[in-house]
This record gives sequence, structure tokens and C-alpha cells, in this order.
Amino acid sequence: MAIVIDKSQRWRVVAAHVFLICLCALVIFPLLMVVSISLRPGNFASGSLIPTTISLEHWRFALGLPVTNADGRVILPDLPVLRWLWNSVKVATLSATTAVLLSTTAAYAFARMKFAGKKASLVGLMLMQMFPTILALIAIHSIFSRLGHTFPAFGIDSPWALVLAYSGGIALHIWTIKGFYETIPSEIEEAATVDGATPWQAFWRVLLPMALPIIMVIFLLAFIGAVNEYPVASILLRSQDQLTMAAGMKQFLYQQKYLWGDFAAAAILSGLPIAVVFILVQRWMISGLTAGANKG
Amino acid sequence: MPMPPVLKRLLPPILMVLLGLAGLYVVTVVYATGETLLAGVMLVTLVCFVWIYTSKKTYAYRYLFPGIGAALIFVVFPMLYTIRIGFTNYSSTNLLTFKRATQYLLEETYRADGATYNSELHADGSRWRIRLEDADSGAAFVTEPLALGAEGTHLTLKAQPATGPLPGDEMPLKDLIDRQPFLKGITVVMPDGGQVRMTGLREFAPSRPQYTRNPDGSLTNNQDHSVIRPNHKTGFYETADGDQVTPGFQVDIGWKNYVQIFTDTSLREPLWRIFIWTIVFSTLTVVFCTTLGMVLAVLLSWENLRFRGMYRLLLFLPYAVPGFISILVFKGLFNNNFGEINLVLNGLFGIKPTWFSDPFLAKTMILIVNTWLGFPYMMVVCMGLIKAIPQDLYEASAVAGAGPITNFFRITMPLILKPLTPLLISSFAFNFNNFVLINLLTGGLPDFLNTSTPAGTTDILVSYTYRMAFQDSGQKFGLGAAISTVVFLMVAVISLIQIRSTRIAEDTKR
Repeated sequence: MAIVIDKSQRWRVVAAHVFLICLCALVIFPLLMVVSISLRPGNFASGSLIPTTISLEHWRFALGLPVTNADGRVILPDLPVLRWLWNSVKVATLSATTAVLLSTTAAYAFARMKFAGKKASLVGLMLMQMFPTILALIAIHSIFSRLGHTFPAFGIDSPWALVLAYSGGIALHIWTIKGFYETIPSEIEEAATVDGATPWQAFWRVLLPMALPIIMVIFLLAFIGAVNEYPVASILLRSQDQLTMAAGMKQFLYQQKYLWGDFAAAAILSGLPIAVVFILVQRWMISGLTAGANKG
Repeated sequence: MPMPPVLKRLLPPILMVLLGLAGLYVVTVVYATGETLLAGVMLVTLVCFVWIYTSKKTYAYRYLFPGIGAALIFVVFPMLYTIRIGFTNYSSTNLLTFKRATQYLLEETYRADGATYNSELHADGSRWRIRLEDADSGAAFVTEPLALGAEGTHLTLKAQPATGPLPGDEMPLKDLIDRQPFLKGITVVMPDGGQVRMTGLREFAPSRPQYTRNPDGSLTNNQDHSVIRPNHKTGFYETADGDQVTPGFQVDIGWKNYVQIFTDTSLREPLWRIFIWTIVFSTLTVVFCTTLGMVLAVLLSWENLRFRGMYRLLLFLPYAVPGFISILVFKGLFNNNFGEINLVLNGLFGIKPTWFSDPFLAKTMILIVNTWLGFPYMMVVCMGLIKAIPQDLYEASAVAGAGPITNFFRITMPLILKPLTPLLISSFAFNFNNFVLINLLTGGLPDFLNTSTPAGTTDILVSYTYRMAFQDSGQKFGLGAAISTVVFLMVAVISLIQIRSTRIAEDTKR
């Protein structure tokens, strides 16, 4: 650390604090605003950041409970937020499980085995990751609508179509897990092999239990990725009841039907858990990745 | 319970054979439905599966097969298929395959001359009878009982003169409407040999197929005896005068979509402007996010500053909130009339910018939102890179009497810019295709005037193809896929530059 301390340092510290506080305020403003809006009565009401009257109508709407209007009418929420949330959780759980199954096994081969085309396939996986799925949306739509003619369970409007479509995006996960496997000394598995374990048993009984932390991280990352995914979900899911949160949320903010308050409640309901999980995993993942990088 | 050793040894091969046979059966069934491509993909997958899990030589591939297979089928195959679609006329007017379009035309019927019957459905146990009454003479007929089935089944029933009113209840109108698709497949043969079909909810009349297929593949119109022939260049059945009969079918049209992209002025004009905006948008986003992120990283790495952990957590928040939520939050906050941002601006300066209807303001808004979304990532990355800079450099510069500004421009920035370059390029590539932001925030609006297909001033290339394929301009899948292919090539070039710069960054590290 620099030992020479400048005279103007105190002023610089104050200036830095002022700048950072202003910026934090700008960053936090939209998030706090959403909380405030979700508690205000009415969908068009404006007011200060701290609402003067607190109303839970938007939260009731988001949870699918009947809402009593200002003029005494009882209205039932027409956007099935909880249903969307459940769809999101369902699709995300299934596709995260698939991602873990597919990537742990493939990464094992990449980390421990010799086979033809190993380097090429690793590079190929990396290249694949660079091409965004969005460019293939038309083909994905066409493939799944044709698949649906033969197997309706995997067609448009089916959660399984989404799980299948997401199952290909595992290149980064394979790389991450491979890096982690390489930090585990292969002597441990070799010892198991000497004791008569098949490669599969060495993988399943010895390596995998040791890789549990990275598997958890990959699971959560794939889970968050699937919950947040919007483009593919928006073309593969059409009917109101099948939508995921990401595909359905924009319906709150149509020009003709502007449900600002209800949107805010639903946004917190679905966004808060994901944000918390993400902050936790992010830290975990950075330590996992740097641990993987130390060796190579 | 432990298995006997013989069983244990024989079980895998037996299971394999059973799986293989089951797979073959499914493939055959799929092939029989006419989905040749799907059946082909399934067959290749099945063959690879059986080979890899039976051969000793392919042991490593047993672990790779599921993951790599999924990546090939659901990532690589859609990309190739996109390129393929770019060479076809696949669109809302040419949605069906040739086979299905022909089938559709052959199922068309027209109403022929002859008596019309009023119809009623009456229950007969769990089955139903149709009662037909001649609209003119009042003569009544009754069919044999029928069981209700699924849409698309074809049934022929015989009718007998009625001996009296039918005992069972009549089918309610609601059920009748639900069952109409099935009922339309029924042909009733009258005692005089005439055939009638359902032409209205409560009406049966003689109806004949509109077209008959000729041996040479052309169709003869039974009503006016004209002949229509399939034209595999345009993707339509055409009359002798060249009039097109809908529905069309998918055909290869070669480079036509590409020629259209590069020569059709009504398409080229907006496309060019969208391309420019895509470049401007991704460049400015990267510049803004990196500048802000780097400055913050330098500040947060400054050890004399307190509360750094708290600042870091707060500034990281935008990255943790799901994108679809924060983008929609901004959409609401920027709303012209009741958005909170305009309320604040109105209160402070008395202005109410029209964020969504003015092209320039809309673009400004997009950049503000994207900077908000993107700077935390750059901040975290830069903080990591700054940590790696040796401290003695700063000590030396302090001895030389350099201030923080000099330090930043002479030491920090030059040293982190090189390892940062690959990330900047990948961030550029990401924003080049940042569909979610554009689609959720503005949807590409406001639109250009005077364009043949709707195109927005804030559209980037991918959101433009999305609109072309799935929104307002009639499902132009073929054209959209052709544009996607062009974007593919651009992304490939960007990736190439990125790989090159990564290599340079790694070389200098060594």
C-alpha cells in the first residue's frame, strides 16, 4: 500500500462517498420503488416512495385471492401468477436436473478419459456457446411444432418441450465441472480401481460425492437460468395456463391493460427468491471456479 | 436379493436388444406418419446409442453421449435447420408440407345439387342415431346407431325410412358444436343411393369432394372441371391461368430470400438502419458499462474507503435481479403518463419526456436501462483484475509524485484493458443479440414509416427477425431465417476476433 499520503486525500474520500451514495441511490431507486408501488392502492396511483396508505390488494391479486374493488365489486384475478410460478419452478427443476445429469457425466469423460476428438469437442462446445439460441428461434419453433404432430407431449405448449430445448445448453456447465474434477487428485479413483471398482463405480461412488459442491452450484445456476429464460419460453408456450413467469410477466404492462401495482407485487414474489439465491451462489461459484483454476 | 451370476451377465444384452427393438418400432411409427426428418434424427440417435453402449472401444463415449447428443440435437441441429429454412418460402401462406397441403385440398367439399335434410341427433343408449328429414317433402329417415369418435375418422352410415319419432333425447346444441368436427367426417347413404354429409349444425346435404387427384399429380375441380397443378417453384397449386390456390406449401426457393434482403429497397432500407443501430447500441452499451464498472472497481479497491463491502453488495444487486423483471420494472417506471421517472422529472424540471414515442428518447432509455443492467458484471470483473496488479507499481508512482488520475490512466487502465478485451468482445456479442431487452422494453417501437414489413427504430437485428416470424407481419419464417443466417455469420466473425484476442491476452500473461 502506498505509504505517502496526500493532503487532499480526505477530500477525495468524501467525494468518493458522495459519488457512491448517489450511484447506490440510483441503483436502488427502481427496486425500492417496486416495493412501494406494490403496497399502494390502485394501479395508477402515484405518490411518495413511502406510501401514505398501505393496501394489500396487489399482493392478494398476485396470490390469486379475490380483490374487493373501490366501488365494492369483488374481482377475481385473471392472471394466474401462482400457476406461472409453479410452471417456472417445474420447468427449472426438471431442466436443472437434466443439466446436472448430462454435464457431470460428460465432464467426467473430458477430465479423466482419453478418446479420439477430445480437444476438438471441447473447443466445439465452447464455440457452440458463442452462438445465441435466439438466432435459431424460428427453427426451434418449427422443430417443436412438428414434433408435436407426432408426440403431443413434446409439442408447443408443453413444459417438456422447454426442458428438451434447454437440455442442449450445457457447454459452460461441462467446462466448469471439468475444471472442478481436475482439482480432485485422480489417485483417489485409481485406488478404487485397484480395489476392483469399474470406471462407472469409481465415478459414481468416489468422484461424484466429492464433487457435490460444484453439482449444487451447477444445479442452482441451471435453475436460475431456466427461470430467467424468456425468448424460447415465449415462443414455445402459448396458452395462459402453461406460461412460465418470464413468458407471462409482460402481460401486466399492456398499453390497454396496465396493471402496474399488480405487476410490482408479482415481480417481488418471483424475483426476490431468485435474486437471493443468485447472490449466494455467485459467491460460491467464484470460489469454486478459482479453486479449479489454481491447479491448471 | 442378489442376482444369479448368469442372469447378471445376460441382463444388459437382453435389455439392450429390447430397447433397440422398441426404438426401431417407434421410429417406424414416426416414419409412417410422414415425418421423415424426425424419423431420420431418431434413427441416427438410436443407432449411435446401441453402438456406443455395446462396443468396448467406445467406452468413453458412453459418458459423453447424453450430453453431447443433447447439445447436437437441440443446439447445433436448430442452427443448421435455421440455415435450411432460409432457403425456403416457409411462411403463413406456405405453412404446410406439400403432402399436407394436397391432403387439405382433397378434403375440401362443395355442396352438390339434391335434396337437403334437416338433421337431429338422438341418443340410443350410449350411441347416437341421426334423424334426417327432407326439407321439402318432409320424408324422414333414420341412420343406424353410431359411437362418437375422434376428429378425422371417416364413417359411412346407411339410412332407412323412419317408422316413427325416435325415443332418445336430442343432443344439446353445445355438445353438437363440440362434436361437429367428428360429425363432418360422416357420410350417410340414403335409401335411393344418394350420399349426404353434414353441411350445417342441423343440416345434411349432398356434398362432394372439391378435387379429385389425377394420376399425373394434378387435381381436377369437380365443380367446374378445371385442372390445378402443383407449381414447385412458387409453392402453390395453380390454375391454367396461373392463379394460386391456397393453402400453399413449402418449397425451396434458392437464394431468393437473400436476394430480397440485399436488393429489395423497402426491406433493405430499414434493415440497414437497424443494423447501424445494432452496432451503435452494442458499442455504446459496452463503453458505458465498462467505464462505469471500471471507475467503480477502482474506487471499491481503494483501501482508504470505508463501507466498501456494503457498496459492493448494493451495486451488485441489478445483476442478481432476473432480467425479465428489471426490464419490465423500467418499462413501467419510464411510462410517459404515470411512470415514476416522469413524475420526478416533472416535479424537478417541469418536463415529461415521451420515452416510448420519440425514437431518440427511446434509444436513450434503452441505453440507460442496459447500463443499469450491465455495469455490475464489469465492476466485478475489473475488481478481480485490479487485485492482480502488483502493488509496488503504485508505490513507485507515489514516490514519483503521481496522483490518482495519473495512476488510473498510466497503470490501472493499461494493465487491465488487455485481459479485459475478450470479455468486452463477448459483451459486445451478447448485446448484439440482446433480444430480451429490446423485446420487453420497447418491442422495437416506435416503428419506421413506409416500410413493407413493420420495422422499429429501436429494433436490433434479432428482435426484427422475431417480429417478422412471430408477430405482426405474417409469420415470414423463411425470410426471418435468412436474416438470422446473415447474423450467424456476423456472430461468427465476432467470435473469431474474440478467440484471437483471448489468445493474445493469454500470451501476454505468460
